[in-house]
Amino acid sequence: MVIYGVALLAACMLGGIYVGELLGKLIGVEANVGGVGIAMLLLILLSDYLRRNGRLNPVSRQGVVFWSSIYIPVVVAMAAKQNVIAAVKGGPAALLSGALAVLVSFALVPVISRIGKTGVTQAGGVRGEDEP
Amino acid sequence: MTGVLDSLAEVLVSNGLIAAFLFVGVVVWISYLVSAKLTGGRLHGSAIAILTGLVLAYVGGVVTGGDQGLADVEIMAGVGLLGGAMIRDFAIVATAFGVQFDEIMKAGAGAIVSLIVGVLGSFVVGATVAYAFGYTDPVSMTTIGAGAATYIVGPVTGTAIGATSDVMALSIAAGLVKSMLVMTGTPFVARHIGLDNPSSALVYGGLMGTTSGVAGGLAATDPKLVPYGAMTATFYTGLGCLLGPSVVFFVIRGLFG
Repeated sequence: MVIYGVALLAACMLGGIYVGELLGKLIGVEANVGGVGIAMLLLILLSDYLRRNGRLNPVSRQGVVFWSSIYIPVVVAMAAKQNVIAAVKGGPAALLSGALAVLVSFALVPVISRIGKTGVTQAGGVRGEDEP
Repeated sequence: MTGVLDSLAEVLVSNGLIAAFLFVGVVVWISYLVSAKLTGGRLHGSAIAILTGLVLAYVGGVVTGGDQGLADVEIMAGVGLLGGAMIRDFAIVATAFGVQFDEIMKAGAGAIVSLIVGVLGSFVVGATVAYAFGYTDPVSMTTIGAGAATYIVGPVTGTAIGATSDVMALSIAAGLVKSMLVMTGTPFVARHIGLDNPSSALVYGGLMGTTSGVAGGLAATDPKLVPYGAMTATFYTGLGCLLGPSVVFFVIRGLFG
């Protein structure tokens, strides 16, 4: 059932956000500490476990796959509701931080490639065109 | 005649979320069309769509004087729901589905080092630039730093630590600049940074992190390299969402709080 996949996803998100809230309280900050990241880890581990045990059939999977494939449109909607007018005033900051991040990363490719001379024999396929 | 338009507006308002689906669908459709016809696929449709979203948010702000972008336009209020933190996080968590740790282990030390250096390096660069431009509070520095990672890590981190909407918009813009530069710039620098084999493509994906940027950039360089770069890049956003509102925020708060 498709709803099983959606429910699994919901459980992971709520679990991750909850742990994030608890971590925030524990450390004493008004913040959700890594909640979304923890939720992603939970989903990876749980779905892997369920798949190994044959408990996640293709129909159930669709419940998760739909949401992962809708993420670019959701990001478009997210972009459309931001306070862009205020951000435009800080425009150069956005431009510069994005551009510098790219330049630094480009420069590091040959440096780290030297560490990574481990010989790649195979790699996973691209799951979709739009994953983050 | 006005009665007909009023009824239409009424339908759009009372079915806000559905109207948002249609609206975003049209934006994405036009953007992919523009990507294919006008840029020959060089600039990914997703980047054009997000840029369009930001432009429309600007227009919405000008028209309404509000701070919620297009969502302040009454018939577009559903966009606020669709693009709100709840549905956004749900969709982003879903993208982790199918990722397998074994794969990155197989990719070796270079890929793992590149991921860590890539995520942390972007935070450092973004936060430093933010500081230089007067955003000296730890929340804004972390959020803009997160945006320099990707346009997803930015708002996810910002929401978690309580950033303002304008700082969040800045972080999205920073991530978008990064994504577009990676997409368009990669073919030009590929030769100079040794990006011509699977091993360096893995490292490149882990350093850049923006999957649309990496996939677009590698496709324009050498399509055979796309899966390698995309594989490490898929781990990047998760790592960023994990480290941003935790380790990175605490370090920045410790230094500048």
